[in-house]
Amino acid sequence: MFDRIPISAWIGIVSTSLFLLAALLAPLLAPYPLTEIVGGVWEPMSAKHWLGTDNLGRDLLSRMIYGARTTIFIAAVATILSFSLGSILGFSAAVIGGWLDQALSRFVDLIMSIPTLIFALVVLSVLPANLLTLILVMGLLDSTRVYRLSRAVAVDINVMDYVEAAKLRGEGRGWIIFREILPNALSPLVAELGLRFIFQVLFLSTLSFLGLGIQPPEADWGGMVKENKDGIVFGIPAALIPAAAIALLAISVNLVADWILNRTTSLKGGRGG
Amino acid sequence: MSSPVLKLVAQRLSLGILLLFAVSILIFVGTQILPGDVAQAILGQSATEQALANLRRDLGLNDPAYVRYLNWLGGVLTGDLGTSLANGTDIAEAIGRRLFNTLFLAAVAAIVAVPLSILLGLLAVRYRNRWPDKMISAVTLASISLPEFFIGYLLIFFVAVQLGWFPSVATVFDGMSFGQRLSAVALPAATLTLVVLAHMMRMTRAAILNVMQSAYIETAELKGVSAFDIIRKHAFPNAIAPIVNVVMLNLAYLVVGVVVVEVIFVYPGMGQYLVDHVAKRDVPVVQACGLIFAAIFIGLNMLADIIAILTNPRLRHPK
Repeated sequence: MFDRIPISAWIGIVSTSLFLLAALLAPLLAPYPLTEIVGGVWEPMSAKHWLGTDNLGRDLLSRMIYGARTTIFIAAVATILSFSLGSILGFSAAVIGGWLDQALSRFVDLIMSIPTLIFALVVLSVLPANLLTLILVMGLLDSTRVYRLSRAVAVDINVMDYVEAAKLRGEGRGWIIFREILPNALSPLVAELGLRFIFQVLFLSTLSFLGLGIQPPEADWGGMVKENKDGIVFGIPAALIPAAAIALLAISVNLVADWILNRTTSLKGGRGG
Repeated sequence: MSSPVLKLVAQRLSLGILLLFAVSILIFVGTQILPGDVAQAILGQSATEQALANLRRDLGLNDPAYVRYLNWLGGVLTGDLGTSLANGTDIAEAIGRRLFNTLFLAAVAAIVAVPLSILLGLLAVRYRNRWPDKMISAVTLASISLPEFFIGYLLIFFVAVQLGWFPSVATVFDGMSFGQRLSAVALPAATLTLVVLAHMMRMTRAAILNVMQSAYIETAELKGVSAFDIIRKHAFPNAIAPIVNVVMLNLAYLVVGVVVVEVIFVYPGMGQYLVDHVAKRDVPVVQACGLIFAAIFIGLNMLADIIAILTNPRLRHPK
């Protein structure tokens, strides 16, 4: 299966793996501790501090590596939450139908009629500022999109002959959802997974950049942009490094997701080619 | 204008208004979902009993929720958005000027982004699968992945700091000439343009390609019409409705993207105001700003629907 992977997908896979590796091995890789002040403020890049130091004199490279861990971990948990919730509700709505489908779908319409960022800001203005809140808000808001996709996919599958057959032989709803619909809905959902993860990375970074995400001294990349943004007007590019890392991670995952999308659609007889 | 069209438009309008009411309830409920006491959350754990009681009275927390909602809604409908908890100023007054600033910024960005993205979308279709198309899709993929602040700070770093062409902080004040104002918002507007350009371009391209695969286009090709004439005479008129839809959706996105861009450039608009007061847990301001942003968003989406109905006769007879 490895002989026909296009070069763009390779680039995506390699660089995504590097990011994941940095996140997993953060304490081993980082040359300095996360919060220790090891030099002057905004020192330029040097052999001692590869990426220079930040606004308080902490090693930027170490913070970038720990930041990878925070960013990827939170985005991944939020993605898993939004996927489990969105797809289970979406499949149930499609299989059960009736008032449940109506109520869920109209509620999702309502939530999606408000821009996600605005609604998140409204809710975060009263909720306590901690990690759990953040993950819940990110995951729940995004599950609306997963709900729409999985409901649409499941509605199509629900009328297939094999599902009819399963219903006629008296299988329960749990069987229909998990044994008939889930395996057949998997490939469009997996392709969507990458895109949702990117969205969560960007969303978390935006919230942290606005000062409403991860609270200092912990740092994710968006928060590091915020910490170092005042240096920009003095010509100090420290804030650009975490911002570039976010962009690079997003592009890498995008390349992989694109490849999976093309692969799964071509398996189904070139649909959407 | 025939009456079925009017009826459809009236339907969309009333649906939009209904949605807006539902959204106002959602925003109100969203600020009440805290499992504890809002006053406690605002003042923190160390607040005295007296301060808590005062704040509860000021917020009207002693009334039941639906009374508070109706009071708030009544105020909003009569232009009274309440007063800020943080500094006691009148919210409607503070929002007025900022709303103008925000809309000005979004409008400048839209005036540049809309024609540019349609033109590039058309180019991509004209040279489909050749290098202009491939370059455009590569750039699109990249720019969809870029956070707004990366583009914004790149522009500040290179254009404002290194080259010194525009100010890095978008300060606007009363009595500024139009030209000065335009120069102040140049970089924020450029950032916004770059953010939405890729989306609009890609969706324009998809809309036109969709039309290009119709039978009447094939007929035109077979009778020997030139490629540009096919796009101009056959594809474009049919693609207007989807393109208008794309433009409206992105304008709605623009109004939201403005939040981050205003913070980057310290621009005195609605977004900056909202973010500042979220951090201060200033609930009345957050509710008011949230509602206004949602209203603009819903309004633009509704407008997209109505324009689609007006420009595409096929949508007037829904089956």
